[in-house]
Amino acid sequence: MEAGTGWLHASLIYLGAAVIAVPLARLLGLGSIIGYLAAGIAIGPWGLKLVTDPQAMLSFAEFGVVLMLFLVGLELQPKRLWALRRPIFGWGSVQLLACTALIAAAALAAGLDGKLALVAGLALAMSSTAIGLGVLNERKMLPTTAGQNVLSVSLFQDIAAIPILALLPLLAVAGGGAGLAEASQAADNPWLGAAKAAAVIAAIIFGGRLLLRPALRWIAGSDTPEIFTAASLLLVVATAALMHSVGLSMALGAFLAGVLLAESEYRRELETDLAPFKGLLLGLFFIAVGMSIDFAVVLAYPGVVAAVVAGFILLKALVLIAMARVMPVPLAERPVFVTLLAQGGEFGFVVLQAGLGASLISAQASSLLVAAIALSMLCTPLILVLCDRFVAPRLAIQGQGPAQEEIAQAQHAPVIICGFGRYGQIVGRLIYACGLDATVLDHDAEQVAGARFFGWPAFYGDATRLDLLRMAGAAEARVIVVAVDDIEASLAIVDLARQHFAQARLVVRARNTTHWYALARRGVQHVERETLDSALMSGRSVLELMGWERHEARTRALRFRQHTLELLGEMAPHQEDRNKLASVAIEGRRQLEELWQRERQSSQRSQAQRGGGFDATTSAPPPAGSRTDTQA
Amino acid sequence: MTDILVVTAHPQMAHSRVTRQLMLAAAKLPAHRVHVRDLYALYPDYLIDVAAEQACLRRASLLVWLQPIYWYGMPPLLKLWLDEVFAFGWAYGPGGQALRGKHLWLVASTGGPAESYAPDGYNHFEFEAFLPPYQQSAALTGMHWLPPLLLHGAHQVDTATLQGHIEALADKLQRWPDWASDGIQPHASNPAHPSTGKAGEPPASASASASASTTVPSTARPAR
Repeated sequence: MEAGTGWLHASLIYLGAAVIAVPLARLLGLGSIIGYLAAGIAIGPWGLKLVTDPQAMLSFAEFGVVLMLFLVGLELQPKRLWALRRPIFGWGSVQLLACTALIAAAALAAGLDGKLALVAGLALAMSSTAIGLGVLNERKMLPTTAGQNVLSVSLFQDIAAIPILALLPLLAVAGGGAGLAEASQAADNPWLGAAKAAAVIAAIIFGGRLLLRPALRWIAGSDTPEIFTAASLLLVVATAALMHSVGLSMALGAFLAGVLLAESEYRRELETDLAPFKGLLLGLFFIAVGMSIDFAVVLAYPGVVAAVVAGFILLKALVLIAMARVMPVPLAERPVFVTLLAQGGEFGFVVLQAGLGASLISAQASSLLVAAIALSMLCTPLILVLCDRFVAPRLAIQGQGPAQEEIAQAQHAPVIICGFGRYGQIVGRLIYACGLDATVLDHDAEQVAGARFFGWPAFYGDATRLDLLRMAGAAEARVIVVAVDDIEASLAIVDLARQHFAQARLVVRARNTTHWYALARRGVQHVERETLDSALMSGRSVLELMGWERHEARTRALRFRQHTLELLGEMAPHQEDRNKLASVAIEGRRQLEELWQRERQSSQRSQAQRGGGFDATTSAPPPAGSRTDTQA
Repeated sequence: MTDILVVTAHPQMAHSRVTRQLMLAAAKLPAHRVHVRDLYALYPDYLIDVAAEQACLRRASLLVWLQPIYWYGMPPLLKLWLDEVFAFGWAYGPGGQALRGKHLWLVASTGGPAESYAPDGYNHFEFEAFLPPYQQSAALTGMHWLPPLLLHGAHQVDTATLQGHIEALADKLQRWPDWASDGIQPHASNPAHPSTGKAGEPPASASASASASTTVPSTARPAR
């Protein structure tokens, strides 16, 4: 390989590996990080042997971690941190310290070296932010208690990574292990080393406060976008180099630089410019980690690896279950909470690399632990599926304990509201204000608690259960409001009601047009599309802002509403046929526009005519003040 | 073909004593003869389907406005109905012949007793003084104005009087257009052959009946 095109060949391999592996991994539901790891394993010395010296790439790819920490610092908002200080610093530190302690203790008990135990503890205590956030988003659990707590713990781990990465090299010094060149220098004169470190940090902070923003302003003023990108990279590289020169963690420097710029006007731009670099370099980092897994070790000790994986997941799960109980996290959300935090994470790789670099752990140990973390991440989707299948139903039954009250006594209110979220609550508030009583059913314990707080008889449970509906009084209810946000559940409740509680009139929320049609097919009369009226009110505002008179805008909006509902009815029989559907919709729209055009024209004409006198064909005198009197 | 269209408007029909019972009595009559439209029930959002209303009017020879008198006039939705349905070019103005020859009958109730509608009463005017807008609305569209059926003191009226009033309405609706016994000779309501009077001129019978409106006074005081 000619030296000049070495990078060409390397880029081909790395980019090719990433582009193939990551989409495959996502398709299999495994997440992109697993994809990068797999790519690394595939192209490394244990796979296709396309790359035989992973170490060089690893040092380069570490820059991805540095960039990531710069962005973490950038996105840190001191106010938000302060607001969430209890969950983040409180529970976050509990999780990290407890897990580290437990795992380290287990390692020590197994007869391992103290430093190894500590590094292993720290590395394995970390969880995967990427997988955690991904699953939460997918299950729409971000706003729940569990989701917020997972986020807080992840955030704490992000922040804690800085001191951890900073401390590890110093540990090497303290332990007298064979450290880096800088570390041995510092061993000669530890005070000098410490003083240099302090000076550099001080320089970054003060220099940053004074110089960074003016410098960026000057660069931004040059109006060349790529130079701003270059400047941002330069910033991170320079800080990292500075910190590296005194033996401190590069990531810490980048983090500091990020925090310094977090409140600046360039934050967004910096984020946008650096995000792609971070993404790719981080991917490269994971590929390099995958490449550096020494499979000889893994294959030699498969039992050990399996034991480590099972062991640390269990230990972390213990800590997390205890935490979930105390926080508390609603019972139904606990499995997801525990699973997402019990696995190992990408920061674990980072810590292991730092440990390896500081010679705190051997390459063998590092490989084993990397494999363990990677395997735990691979297992996460599997564990989640098992939880859903076996644990969750049991918890749902258990959850009907004193904490959330399921219906114990039959209820008799004339109205039942299934689903007490944003939609159901508004319905509830209106009818409550009019003196009506309603029984509320919701499957979110917090909504139930909130409703009870305001004096509603609200009950926890799944409204698609017949026995629950019966207990709620559906057999005598006059109206059943179905305001749940899950379409399948909504249709299930409607079917149950039609079958068993035919005396009750149904008032149902439709999430979209397809849902509306499904409800129409079931003969439900009072269906409202959840966004129609709000959107029309916005449209009305737009008309007003564009110069329509307020009352005219209101009338237009309401007539449009009538029209669109009629059109919906017309389109109902043609749902299966997309072309017919489109033609009916287009025709309907055309008709409305035509109608309004005609009305506009005729009103213009009548205005003009009335201007010229009332009725030219009669001899009767025009009524007094004709133009204003009989204006139709 | 429905001969009679009863358009009623009461903002709080559930709390109405007189209008509601009159409406129910009219609704009991055969549907092919009498069509009742409760505006506040049909158009709670004040979005009047003008085409539908005009279609109902086309079929009728007698339009009845059944309303409580609010501030010497109509409840707002009825006024909106009048503004929108009696459109320029349809009910009046060039080509506005749709209502020509039909009849307009006001069936109204007032809160004030009959004697309040006097120069020395608190309403300061005879009730007839508040009728010209109605009469002229009919006149402009070529409709014939019929003597209104009024009930004063609607809140205090006793059940017997109210019952009598309701029966009177039902009777007249059933007999339409045979009101000869009441001294009223309705015009032939065929819009294809307009009545002899020119558009805009009140027909002769209407002016005679304007001052002879049929009222049902409250029993305690002498008839005015």
